[in-house]
Amino acid sequence: MKVVALSLTVALLLAGCSGIEPWVKPYERDRLADPIMSFDRNPVSGSYIDHVHEAREGARGASGSAGGGCGCN
Amino acid sequence: MTVVRCRLQFLLVVLVSPMALAGVLPEERLDTLYHYYDGGGIEITGPSVLVRKSIGEKVSVSGSYYVDTISSASIDVITTGASPLGYSEKRTQWGVGADYLRGDTTMSLGLSTSKENDYQANTLNLGISQEVFGGLTTISMGYGSGQDEVGRRGDATFSETVDRHAYRLGVTQVLTRNLIMGFSYEAIADEGFLNNPYRRVRYVDTNEAVGYGLQAELYPETRSSNAAAIRAKYYLPYRAALSGEYRYYTDDWGIRGHTVEAGYVQPIRSKWLVDFKYRFYTQSAADFYSDLFPYANAQNFLARDKELSTFISHGPHFGVSYSIIDRQGDRPLKLTVNGFVDHYIFNYDDFRDLTSGDAVGEEPFYNFDANVFQAFISLWF
Repeated sequence: MKVVALSLTVALLLAGCSGIEPWVKPYERDRLADPIMSFDRNPVSGSYIDHVHEAREGARGASGSAGGGCGCN
Repeated sequence: MTVVRCRLQFLLVVLVSPMALAGVLPEERLDTLYHYYDGGGIEITGPSVLVRKSIGEKVSVSGSYYVDTISSASIDVITTGASPLGYSEKRTQWGVGADYLRGDTTMSLGLSTSKENDYQANTLNLGISQEVFGGLTTISMGYGSGQDEVGRRGDATFSETVDRHAYRLGVTQVLTRNLIMGFSYEAIADEGFLNNPYRRVRYVDTNEAVGYGLQAELYPETRSSNAAAIRAKYYLPYRAALSGEYRYYTDDWGIRGHTVEAGYVQPIRSKWLVDFKYRFYTQSAADFYSDLFPYANAQNFLARDKELSTFISHGPHFGVSYSIIDRQGDRPLKLTVNGFVDHYIFNYDDFRDLTSGDAVGEEPFYNFDANVFQAFISLWF
């Protein structure tokens, strides 16, 4: 239920922003496309380390290996 | 059953990443990793392999293989567990996944199975990602479902199950040409046999020579958790990047956790990449945790698992990558070799070291250091 509510909130926020033009143009995304800007440059290593943490800590979820896109490609 | 239980996702987040890049299929690559963990009386080694391959321009498939070979004589096992001399075991995990790209939308499916001699876990993950704002924003949602079968060595009649459900939401946002931020949220609900069938709690018992008795742990049969994380990456005026991350965790067992991580990555010339991070984690104990209960069956639920205690862990990460091949053009090919080292310092606030021989309830608090080594090769083709 919380997820649905959060999703609707995000959707409404995005709908309200529909008049906004992308402010970082595709030709300005060269730095963001650099592999050093990836949230998860080494997915196998990232997942392994998440596993190391999850096995020894009470917390779980929303971990760093989820990666991320920059729309650079 | 290992003390390093893979609870739900692990490699599946590689196969079905809810925040995977929308609008473009994942890169075709092969990663072969060897890992080694050493700390707190536990050694774990094994390989991990992940391969991704595109089929046409709209479909990408992946497969993964992972092994933990465990040799454990942790303090829990030797002081209150069923194996005073420790134990050895092996866990093997296989996974397959597929991504389907349609316009700016990527749909993902992943399946995995994990087996060890007393535990089996099967997991299904679904995900969808959508690019909006001309690629400045990526929104992703995911769902995971897991069914576990729990056994107990030496007890053929013991058979329990766990059902797991995970709900994920992610947003990645380009803020400037140098700054990208990500937000992720995950709710997980478990139901079934959630405690370790071997671990025991201790309680004051003056009839025992050591001053305490032992009884089996007893956890609630449900657990519901929420985690939210925000992370950012900033490209410096020269070719290097800073990263930061914060995660807040809470669950209905009473655990609250905070994770903070800061990192720096620096290319050196064209072939080398060095990585440095520092991670800090702290949590409060579960409501039903105690290092020493006043008497047997002192409350409805009982735990003395140090992962549910109050503690702090922190430590650095150092990584080096070297690019052997980096061919551009119509048929690009890239090959890197990588070596990573992580060091951890665990300090417990309410979990005592029973090997000290001090009076019951007056033993020093437990602490240990751990080192994690990874060596891997990545091939993009």
